[in-house]
Amino acid sequence: MSVIAKGKTRDIRELKNIAGNVRINILHMLTKAGSGHTGGSLSAVDVAVAIYFSKMAFDPKNPLWEKRDRFIMSKGHAAPLIYAIMAEAGYFPKETIETLRKIESPLQGHPCCRTLPGIEVSTGSLGQGLSVANGMALGLKLDDNPARVYCIMGDGEIQEGQIWEAAMTAAHYKIDNICGVVDNNGLQIDGPVEKVMGIEPIHDKWASFGWHVIDIDGHNMEEILAALNESESVKGKPSVIIANTTKGKGVSFFENKVEYHGVAPSQEEFEKAVKEINND
Amino acid sequence: MTETLHNPVLPGPGQDTEKKLKATRDAYGEALLELGKKRSDIVALDADLSGSTKTCKFAKAFPDRFFNMGIAEQDMIGTAAGLALTGKVPFASTFAVFETGRAWDQIRLTVCYSNTNVKLVATHGGITVGEDGASHQALEDIALMRALPNMNVIVPADAAETTSVINAIADYKGPVYVRLGRAKIPYVMPDDYKFTLGKAFVFHIGKDANIIAAGIMVDIAKKAAEILSKEGIDTGVINMSTIKPLDEETVLSAAGSSGFIVTAEEHSIIGGLGGAVCELLSERCPVRVKRVGMKDIFGCSGSPDELLKYHGITVENLIKEVKTSLKK
Ligand SMILES: Cc1ncc(C[n+]2csc(CCOP(=O)(O)OP(=O)(O)O)c2C)c(N)n1
Ligand SMILES: [Mg+2]
Repeated sequence: MSVIAKGKTRDIRELKNIAGNVRINILHMLTKAGSGHTGGSLSAVDVAVAIYFSKMAFDPKNPLWEKRDRFIMSKGHAAPLIYAIMAEAGYFPKETIETLRKIESPLQGHPCCRTLPGIEVSTGSLGQGLSVANGMALGLKLDDNPARVYCIMGDGEIQEGQIWEAAMTAAHYKIDNICGVVDNNGLQIDGPVEKVMGIEPIHDKWASFGWHVIDIDGHNMEEILAALNESESVKGKPSVIIANTTKGKGVSFFENKVEYHGVAPSQEEFEKAVKEINND
Repeated sequence: MTETLHNPVLPGPGQDTEKKLKATRDAYGEALLELGKKRSDIVALDADLSGSTKTCKFAKAFPDRFFNMGIAEQDMIGTAAGLALTGKVPFASTFAVFETGRAWDQIRLTVCYSNTNVKLVATHGGITVGEDGASHQALEDIALMRALPNMNVIVPADAAETTSVINAIADYKGPVYVRLGRAKIPYVMPDDYKFTLGKAFVFHIGKDANIIAAGIMVDIAKKAAEILSKEGIDTGVINMSTIKPLDEETVLSAAGSSGFIVTAEEHSIIGGLGGAVCELLSERCPVRVKRVGMKDIFGCSGSPDELLKYHGITVENLIKEVKTSLKK
């Protein structure tokens, strides 16, 4: 039987350390690849690290372990984030991250469940992850499996109609073994979310769709852990965490820069960034 | 509103019609219910059309394993993929237009690319949808599904074959698209026939012409071939119920025998069965192919049999097509 190797870390300092490593590995693989999504990978680091290392049960040596908690990166362009976490957790050797986006690599430009066990479902076309998460959560309930399903969405991504179809479904079927996260970094490709296609009031929208909504500073580990605990305690309805974040978080010259959505760091930028993260 | 095809699909005058007619969707509803009784891993989803797709039977018997997703086809496909990822065998149904068109990107990403064990069983394929008109008549669904890697595409020819197909795909692991119809149609397959994925059923291989058909066209093709053969034109008929993966050996042997192939489908002549046959033959055995089907146009309202006539999907027209093509 599988036991969780690294999960259930409650120590804030350790989680922050992991988050720092994950940020460096994201930048490292993006720099090596020469392309990919920097801003949206960095903004969701703290929430994703907390989910994986303090909440989820999983076994890197047995990625399909039945009792595992499930994680879906619905905003699939944040693939470097999930890869950095998986490397940190021991799903594959750290060197593998250097193959990101290269021919025959298990680390496809967007997550692929057929090439990389541990990825639950392939993503990359935005708006689809929450539906799959619902399906998994319903399937787990049918089997009386107590596992939970986590799903990270982008704030731009929730402009997709399918997200709101899925939001209705989760409330209608009282899917309380799901925890959604909106990485509310305020930016999408063409500019600020509120300018491209306003999604406010986000909190009220989810609440009116029948969700328990928790607003937090998505870079404050204490708040993140408290929110994850709260979501677990809510019964009879799904929960969503609105994680207010900064796109490009951790690297001053990437922060809040719309142009760093889909641009990889140069070698020079990478070295500067690592210094900043290490000094933090 | 008539749900029966009177002409030309219906058996000739004097035959015992009612007993010999059944819609493939009705067979689906019953087969799914039976599967549900046998297997607890079978689940079903629908998008507010369970009465029409006949998943209502399963829903009534197994309310805990049935998920009505409301009018939200994209969410239905994603949810089905999620259920499959926890080991369930989801059957997701709605009309063929909405199943394949509205949710194509969802099918592409979370079913085919993710290779999840989802069964897409769509009803109301083709123009025999009838009076609802073009918005509801799927004529491109096979093309849409056929283009996706990992997808299997099946069009049963009658109710009995549908039952056999539903049982077969429940045991198969991977994405499948099954196209069913609304109208009551005759039984065409032999009593002892059992469907095998990827295997065509050969009624006869002709020396002069061979009609490769799917769905309701199998019955029409059989009737046309009978008349043609009486007139001395040895015409074969093949039920190509699996359009993907195509039974290449059977197509090649038919082409080799007659040097001339007719394809017949209740679908656009672009990208469906005709397209699949042409793709194969142009590479492996270039012979002339006449594609009978919808000629790159939308359907319209009318009764199913009126529409078949209007669009030249009839026994008479099939005979004419074979004869004129043979003269060329
Ligand atoms: C269906 C779909 N449309 C468009 C895109 C292209 N795209 C990739 S990322 C992105 C912006 C995403 O913004 P957001 O969800 O806010 O993500 P984040 O800011 O966290 O990077 C777009 C439009 C896509 N991947 N999928
Ligand atoms: Mg954003």
